[in-house]
Amino acid sequence: MTKAGYMKNYLSLVIAAIALLMFSLPGRVSAAPASPDASSLTGQVKFEGAAPKPTRIDMSADPVCSKAHPTSATTEDIVVGADGGLANVVVYISDGLTSHNFEPPPQPAVFEQKGCQYKPHVLAMQASQKLDVVNSDETTHNIHPSPNNNREWNMTQPHGVPIEQTFAREEIAIPVKCNVHPWMRGYIAVFKHPYFSVTDKNGSFDLKDLPPGTYTITAWQEKLGTQTQKVTVGTGEAKTLSFTFKQ
Amino acid sequence: MRSSVRFSMSAAILVSLLCSAPAIAQESHIGNLVGNAKSGKALYVRYCIFCHGPNGDGRGESAPYLDPKPRDFTKALFKCRSTPSGSLPLDSDLYDTITRGIHASGMPSWKPLLKQERADLIAYIKTFSSAFQEEKPGAAMPIPPEPPNPAESVQRGAELFQSMNCWQCHGKDGRGHGPSAAALTDSQGYPITPFDFTSGKRFKCGESDGDMFRDLATGLDGTPMPSFAAAMTADQRWDVVHYIRTLSNPKARASAKNDANAHGNE
Repeated sequence: MTKAGYMKNYLSLVIAAIALLMFSLPGRVSAAPASPDASSLTGQVKFEGAAPKPTRIDMSADPVCSKAHPTSATTEDIVVGADGGLANVVVYISDGLTSHNFEPPPQPAVFEQKGCQYKPHVLAMQASQKLDVVNSDETTHNIHPSPNNNREWNMTQPHGVPIEQTFAREEIAIPVKCNVHPWMRGYIAVFKHPYFSVTDKNGSFDLKDLPPGTYTITAWQEKLGTQTQKVTVGTGEAKTLSFTFKQ
Repeated sequence: MRSSVRFSMSAAILVSLLCSAPAIAQESHIGNLVGNAKSGKALYVRYCIFCHGPNGDGRGESAPYLDPKPRDFTKALFKCRSTPSGSLPLDSDLYDTITRGIHASGMPSWKPLLKQERADLIAYIKTFSSAFQEEKPGAAMPIPPEPPNPAESVQRGAELFQSMNCWQCHGKDGRGHGPSAAALTDSQGYPITPFDFTSGKRFKCGESDGDMFRDLATGLDGTPMPSFAAAMTADQRWDVVHYIRTLSNPKARASAKNDANAHGNE
């Protein structure tokens, strides 16, 4: 072979190597659309024992806040429903997923300040998903998350002014506060995958469109800590699961 | 034989391509100055380690005796920046901070060091957090020219001081005794007091009107002081700067009020 021939060979090899490297990197896939193969995991998180009495919040420092609550506002760190269901628990896959690259959903997650409290009290979203922060109160808040694994930011938000933010990395969960109104506290749980659910006022959760597999499922509660269970869901299977927290 | 030589050569090229990127974070760039982390380390060990600690986490030997606590560089969270809230600082922001020092803290001005030495220190400080390799700082927030400062601007600033809830922390009279003041903590959980504007003390991130304007735009990350970038227009931020200036000067404040009332009666 001539010298030029060697050069050509060598060049094509390098190009092939680079191409191979690029294509072997795992591609980002969208969350699996509902297919007949997809499994689901539903259930309830319960609180055992007598529900703790919510503490009243003194909002008199800002009349706009106190006026928003005809009966006094109460703390939301442990919210127990009528049948013992525990609200605001984040239930999610913490281990067992084979794919690790998920596109964030196109619609934004919404975190609202209303009555000088956060709605929802616990928000779950995907990493890099758009976060719309809304102030529906006729007073000025500052929204101040305190993450460990993401960048910390702190923005003043008067009524009606839009704020758009995001979190780049998984973190369960980021405490959020308002320095102007020190009683305000909420949480934002950020996931790198779409398999999470926050319990409603009945303590119910719903993990949809799971790929079949064996998973560690974790339930996180801001005050009561975490619990985990291992579960195997087969193709197209709808399984139920329950967690019980106590103080 | 030949193909294995070719393979190892292309592998070497790939490896060198992949490894060349992180080296950039070991440098700092301030104007024409290029700081070097290796030289910076020697300076750090000599001048900074007693407070900021060998690991840059703010736990040096003298840290227990200091309030506010020395900065934890591993968090890459800095008060004095030109960049938006949540963004890394520019190299020049960190350079300005160590040059100026932080008033009302244990952090002195390091102006006695050579410019090159200060640039080297910044290069080394950035090695304590991987954030400087993983992320890029945002662009500096613009500081438009300061408009004239008539009584109306001060009056508008006073109204904004109310509606933006500045007073909830800084107090109605600007003394730092607002209803939320007692509950404030910094991001490490230490109690922190809002600035007393009547004290006439120097501001932490610079003294000029432009510095105050920038503080309002960027917020002081790691403290309860938020960014007002979304909340106020540039003109409104200048109004607040003009009002805050009057708080350390009761006479100016009173005359501004009278002027504004006089204008209102015209």
